Amino acid sequence: MPPKEKLLHRRVFILLPGNLEQAGSVSGDVRRELVALGVEQDIVRRAGVVCFEGEMNIAMYSEGGRIILLVADDRVELLFSDRGPGIPDIELARTPGYSTAPDWARELGFGAGMGIPNMEHQSDRLEIRSRLEGGTVIRAVFRRGRG
Amino acid sequence: MTTKLKLGDVARLTNAELLAGEEALDFEITQACAADLLSDVLALVQDEGVLLVTGSLAPQVLRVAEVLGLGGLLFVRGKRPTEAMCAYARQASVPLLVTELSMFETCGALYCEGLGGARRKRFPKDYPDDAS
Ligand SMILES: Nc1ncnc2c1ncn2[C@@H]1O[C@H](COP(=O)(O)OP(=O)(O)OP(=O)(O)O)[C@@H](O)[C@H]1O
Ligand SMILES: [Mg+2]
Repeated sequence: MPPKEKLLHRRVFILLPGNLEQAGSVSGDVRRELVALGVEQDIVRRAGVVCFEGEMNIAMYSEGGRIILLVADDRVELLFSDRGPGIPDIELARTPGYSTAPDWARELGFGAGMGIPNMEHQSDRLEIRSRLEGGTVIRAVFRRGRG
Repeated sequence: MTTKLKLGDVARLTNAELLAGEEALDFEITQACAADLLSDVLALVQDEGVLLVTGSLAPQVLRVAEVLGLGGLLFVRGKRPTEAMCAYARQASVPLLVTELSMFETCGALYCEGLGGARRKRFPKDYPDDAS
């Protein structure tokens, strides 16, 4: 891998547990910050969607966590980490349609099992690591400067 | 042939009341998407300026609108968002409309005027074999 370019921006968002009304609000902030930094429109949109999906998963399945936004000349990264049950089978969680969403989430219009597949589609690279009864860490990378 | 309608045309064609976004009546609606399942909306919409026709009043519908840069939210069957949602929509510049028509009638009215459906573009990972 070529040497990474220096960071232009780093921001940490804390997600408290059980804050349903607020679920999804970080993605709006991320979107506004990326626009303000002059990031390409295509990446702003894709990163916003990935952030929203990751944020909803933290709200639905974990006991809270955080999202870190990193911006450099060559890339944008979103790092999601939570404390919670972890994902027992990551391959299964990546399968479109697989969902263990609770009823309240389904009533809000979630739980199609499309979140992680959509995160993979929208990012240039998605890494998932999880520890049972520990938590989950997801890293999404968007490469800049590809026209 | 698909036409682009203005938000004001959408309001007129569906006899909708505008709850937020007076300043956006002249903005172009590029395509439309009708769904209650927000997961589907997130997976489907790829362009800015798409109109979402929905019966969902979940607070997240506004966040989805923000994050996708939707051109407007049209609530069907007289489903009226709360004043708090309208206030949020105004500060986030998300136009809100409400119509008495059903989802089916709303889509029919807009489709007949030539408004096209939002369609997911191909991603490189969709067809790994012919990625060029
Ligand atoms: N942070 C997490 N901690 C624990 N389990 C998770 C986490 N994120 C996802 N999962 C598991 O992976 C499954 C698939 O997640 P995905 O986001 O793809 O779909 P969903 O959240 O069920 O539905 P949708 O995202 O379409 O609303 C979830 O149902 C859940 O079982
Ligand atoms: Mg999800």
